[in-house]
Amino acid sequence: MAEGGPLGLLVFATILALIGVLAFSIRLFSVIKYESIIHEFDPYFNYRVTQYLTKAGIYEFWNWFDDRTWYPLGRVIGGTVYPGLTLTAGTMWWVAQKINIPLSVETVCVFTAPVFSAFASWATFLLTKEVKGTGAGLTAAVLLAMVPSYISRSVAGSYDNEAVAIFALVFTFYLYIKTLNTGSLFYATLNSLAYFYMVCSWGGYTFIINLIPIHVLMCLITGRYSARLYIAYAPLVVLGTLLAALVPVVGFNAVMTSEHFASFLVFVILHVVALDRYIRRTLDEKTYRLAFTVVVTIGTTGAVVLVGILVALVAASPTKGWSGRSLSLLDPTYASKYIPIIASVSEHQPPTWPSYFMDINILAFLAPAGIIACFRPLTDSSTFIILYLVTSVYFSGVMVRLMLVLAPAACIVGGIALSAAFDTLTRSIKYAPAAPPAVSIATETEETPGLIASPASSATTLKEKAKDANAEKVKERVAKRKQRKERDAMEKKHVPEEASEDKLALLPVEASAVGLVLLILLASFYVVHCVWAAAEAYSAPSIVLTSRTEDGVHVFDDFREAYGWLNHNTDENDKVASWWDYGYQTTAMANRTVIVDNNTWNNTHIATVGMAMSSPEKAAWDIYRSLDVKYVFVVFGGLVGYPSDDINKFLWMVRIGGGVFPHIKEPDYLRDGNYRIDDQATPTMLNSLMYKLSYYRFAEASMDGKGFDRVRRTEIGRKHFKLTHFEEVFTTHHWMVRIYKLKEQKNRVRGKIKRKSKAGKSKPSSTTNRSSSKGKSQK
Amino acid sequence: RIHRHHIVGTAFIMAASAKDARDLVTAMRSAYAKTPTRLKIIDMYVIYGLVTAVIQVVYMAMVGTFPFNAFLSGVLSCVGTSVLGVCLRMQVNPANKEFTDLPPERAFADFVLCNLVLHLVIMNFLG
Repeated sequence: MAEGGPLGLLVFATILALIGVLAFSIRLFSVIKYESIIHEFDPYFNYRVTQYLTKAGIYEFWNWFDDRTWYPLGRVIGGTVYPGLTLTAGTMWWVAQKINIPLSVETVCVFTAPVFSAFASWATFLLTKEVKGTGAGLTAAVLLAMVPSYISRSVAGSYDNEAVAIFALVFTFYLYIKTLNTGSLFYATLNSLAYFYMVCSWGGYTFIINLIPIHVLMCLITGRYSARLYIAYAPLVVLGTLLAALVPVVGFNAVMTSEHFASFLVFVILHVVALDRYIRRTLDEKTYRLAFTVVVTIGTTGAVVLVGILVALVAASPTKGWSGRSLSLLDPTYASKYIPIIASVSEHQPPTWPSYFMDINILAFLAPAGIIACFRPLTDSSTFIILYLVTSVYFSGVMVRLMLVLAPAACIVGGIALSAAFDTLTRSIKYAPAAPPAVSIATETEETPGLIASPASSATTLKEKAKDANAEKVKERVAKRKQRKERDAMEKKHVPEEASEDKLALLPVEASAVGLVLLILLASFYVVHCVWAAAEAYSAPSIVLTSRTEDGVHVFDDFREAYGWLNHNTDENDKVASWWDYGYQTTAMANRTVIVDNNTWNNTHIATVGMAMSSPEKAAWDIYRSLDVKYVFVVFGGLVGYPSDDINKFLWMVRIGGGVFPHIKEPDYLRDGNYRIDDQATPTMLNSLMYKLSYYRFAEASMDGKGFDRVRRTEIGRKHFKLTHFEEVFTTHHWMVRIYKLKEQKNRVRGKIKRKSKAGKSKPSSTTNRSSSKGKSQK
Repeated sequence: RIHRHHIVGTAFIMAASAKDARDLVTAMRSAYAKTPTRLKIIDMYVIYGLVTAVIQVVYMAMVGTFPFNAFLSGVLSCVGTSVLGVCLRMQVNPANKEFTDLPPERAFADFVLCNLVLHLVIMNFLG
């Protein structure tokens, strides 16, 4: 930053500002192509919570008990939500109101993510600048502003925790590295406060509180203990634990769950090492050795006792102290064996190889080059970056959703690699015509075997390596055998010239120019890919669907149509049942009480709904009546070909329901191991409520009367049937949402009740005889 | 035979280490006496914090963990102030090469700021 004087400073500031503008504007495709609405499912919950915060104030928000979800259980919002996102958006809205800019809450919520992605880019710049310098910082910031993985979770409208959490993550890491580099307690305080903001924002904060101890441990093991390390880590543990315990969601988990034990363990180890260093400094060698043996004997016994207690405590809990979600990260097969709900979420599946290229593009192969660049030289901060990259690569391999944590690491490391490559190439061009020896390096390659090592190691781009490595190797062998003396003489002559350029030798000018052009081409491929991904792949709000027809774009707005209908045509206290995917949207847009929603905290309740959907009509009606449900809706994609409908999700309803209620057996619904809805389907399947509610009147309404399901690509098995316990009240324009009302219990039932009551009268008398006789015999 | 060797060996080690322990203590005392007074004051403050923390833990073991947040905030405030005291000592110690360009007033100001934040959080968490 000091180079270039005031003009350099101006260019630098302009670049930084433009990076922020780029990060903001690339995320606006969804607003331009669709409209300014909240996307997906989870953001609707956050939006509803923010609405409540802005209307009722902060005290009501902390103490809010929501009775409009998980009927009849309710949900304690104050204690189960990560408040960072809603508080941030609420503050922005409040500030805007105070300065008389009348933004609606929805606008603030929609644009929170782009604003914070600009901040995240600047935080990435700061972090990479601490590690490698300004050039690498700017490159990394540009890469992060555009990386598709981050765009996918932070488009305008994606109002989810990750929108602010990635900024908090990178900023916390920046402050940690800054403290590590400067040893200033001021930055340590800021680090703890940034960590607090991260804990408020996202459950992924456990990544920070485990990565930093691993890094500290690695520094201790490799002999890099210093006072700065102590100042960077010890206050963070104490203040960070306290601040984490302040957030109601975390509470005492901050000291009691295994996710935090690593930080305490390394805290103790750090103090042991610090004490050891202090004693070594104050005592002479002989007494120090004595002290060492004494302390080791006492210390090991004490440690064994403590560890024994800890192990006993941890082994007592069935999950060894880890939460289910963390365990499923460490052991990827855990969720599919024990917690089907976690396994069923599509974001929790492992990613495929192409998704790496889609999500981080050229960074996938720039990252290894960047790792090598981090080793030259290896400082505390560059070891941290390498650790961050390696651990996030592992976690991204477990769960697609965690590609997002990999994105900043890949951008930082890729930025370092690109910047180093540009540095070498431009330096070669800048200093090339300077002195004859430099020219002789380029032309007479037999005389440069001693220097071969440096060009080979300084060419950090893969292209350069591939081009020059083979050529250099051959020449190296030939030259080494022939001219050892000349090599020594040349080295001595070249060292003074090289010393001013940090021993980086120069590449030939033509090669550097070609290399530069190729690098710029590579970067432009990246830009093109990112803009395409942002525009086409990641901007869909998923609540509004579009398709291209010959007449242009056809819009499917069925979801909002259905929620609007519910909002206007039902009573405010009516309960609506559906599969848990739509819970948040129903409470936010339709403003009705739901039975289960996306929070999925109560498996039995979800299993009850799953059981109801898998049962025949009467049984389902009974279950829903017991839950006071008045309306049931299903999402059906068979008419238009929408693949994420409830029939495709039906297998999870059966599995989750069957996990809690054993009379739901999955084989009853399978024919040859597949779920089918055509005439080969099992009778249990054809009688289930889900089938009936999805395909009621479908055959009559379809054009040829045959009922061809466009998603399953077959004709349905049972075509003409009537519903006995439900009545259809609304079906949206493209039949995507179908709303049914539970029929009232009949006032009088002829015939059946009389027969039943006769049987009932005879039965109780016999049972009472039996029980009384039992009682007598027992006496 | 091995049994007897083992017992004799342990007794020998313990006797040797008892004498060594006394030597060690005297060596440490004489080495510590050379530290500047300023650092000794900080050391007293750190040890006072740690002793208070131990007292609190013993009290908790006697009386039970309710209310847990009060216990946590008490212990962590003592440990926190000790840690911050150690950080201050490291920054102010003239023998530390890394901090020669850091004026001790700045170190103390940082120390006060961090303590302020720590105690603000503690008071919030005490409940």
